[in-house]
Amino acid sequence: MIRLTTPITEDQIRQLKVGDEVLLNGRVVLSRDMGHKYMKEQKPEWLKPILENMVIYHCGPVVKKHEDGHYSFVAAGPTTSIREEPYQADVIETYKVRGVIGKGGMGKKTSEGLQKTGAVYLHATGGAGSLLAERCKRVVDVKMLEEFGSPEAFWIIEVEDFPLVVTMDSHGGSLHEIVAQQSQERAKALTA
Amino acid sequence: MSECVIPTLTSNEVVASKSVLPTGWKADLSNLKGLDLTLPMLELLRRSTSRLPQDVIDALVKGRDAEEEGSRAFNTLNDMVRNIILADGQVTPLCQDTGTIIVWVRHPFGLSQRAAKQQIRAAVAEATKRSWLRPNCVEALSGKNTGTNMDPFHEGHPAVHFEEWDKPEVEIAVMQKGGGCENVGAQYRLPDAAIGAGRDIKGVRKCIIDAVVKAQGQGCSPGILGVAIGGDRVSSYEKSKELILRKLGTPNPDPKMDAFEKEITNDLNTLGIGPMGYGGNTTVLGVLAEEMYRHPASFYVSISYMCWSSRRGSITLKTNGEVSFD
Repeated sequence: MIRLTTPITEDQIRQLKVGDEVLLNGRVVLSRDMGHKYMKEQKPEWLKPILENMVIYHCGPVVKKHEDGHYSFVAAGPTTSIREEPYQADVIETYKVRGVIGKGGMGKKTSEGLQKTGAVYLHATGGAGSLLAERCKRVVDVKMLEEFGSPEAFWIIEVEDFPLVVTMDSHGGSLHEIVAQQSQERAKALTA
Repeated sequence: MSECVIPTLTSNEVVASKSVLPTGWKADLSNLKGLDLTLPMLELLRRSTSRLPQDVIDALVKGRDAEEEGSRAFNTLNDMVRNIILADGQVTPLCQDTGTIIVWVRHPFGLSQRAAKQQIRAAVAEATKRSWLRPNCVEALSGKNTGTNMDPFHEGHPAVHFEEWDKPEVEIAVMQKGGGCENVGAQYRLPDAAIGAGRDIKGVRKCIIDAVVKAQGQGCSPGILGVAIGGDRVSSYEKSKELILRKLGTPNPDPKMDAFEKEITNDLNTLGIGPMGYGGNTTVLGVLAEEMYRHPASFYVSISYMCWSSRRGSITLKTNGEVSFD
């Protein structure tokens, strides 16, 4: 088990390999469909200091707003990452992001982006909303809440021992590609 | 991390003690015009969002026990069980994607569907306010979130289906279907040259295998498949979703389909996709198939993929006023 705390250096990322289990600590920025389109098309400057050497989490949480105005996460598992495939590599490069958390894995373009910039794809257990919300300890800030709505906003949070598996590394390795190939071969045999 | 987690849920008494229905609440079915479904619907949502059906839990545990102890597949299924226990105990959503809310109401003659729909909408809005549901209803092009889970046109969300039946009871069934698994559903038109599927059961089998391979872990495997064979484009897809309401492990009333379901489930679990697409022996928890009728020229196979967190439930309001949940 490898413990990592954000911000993360390129050197730390380059040491990670597919299959490594990671417990992540520190600040993480949530972003999904609207955020990725916005980052690729408008490249907002204000996000640069927030994202540099940081980790993006593909997640649209269930959020509770308390009476004193502060927020907490009630359920916060990963959303399907492949929808961000057209944007992810550009976002990683523009903002020097070191890691992307999601589920289901991503494609070739993202893999190339991970290799070029020095970043990894970290897989969280999909559907484990309550379990993962326990590891989201504090909501630090939220951006674009009004414009994007709660599931799509940039929530900036602090996580503690957030359990992840490296499924795509910065050397071109991808567990998703291996499983896909093997299952395709098996499917061929089943339908022959 | 690798010890077997025992899925012990809170007792029915504890669940009942947390109910939004006041103690002794009774439905008066002799006055259907005065019937208010808001509270029973709210209680149904409270349960469906936080408490997974026992048959689904049993299937997940069976899957876990078929994986090698300590493997990633085993640990992932174990984490799923942990999440189930936690969500139930805390009454928090099992998954942050609380899904599209799909409701089926079966009722005797005399119930106002217009009034019932308003009451169901009110319950969904209240459940959203209580953070049991995420606001999941956005305008198609702008992506603007209504914030309440209410579609102002009263069309798409929540999706409510009505059917009048001969029984005196009122039954409401609900399904919370997440976007990730909805996106990996598929409809095939046979013959399909691309996958070499003809107009027979072999062709149907090819469609199912193709859809599961394409889905990989993206629909949060191990999934549950609803497969409708026949119908038109709409009725076929609609049926494929409704099929997911059936309990896993209960036999298909059609023996031919029952055999098919068992066989294809075993085949799919040799694909090696595994929980979350990490690799493993548990790719699906079950397949629920039904043969329909069709136009001679059309042969559709519609597949709805439900994630492992198959949140569904039903409530029955009986003539003696009693309320039962399943």
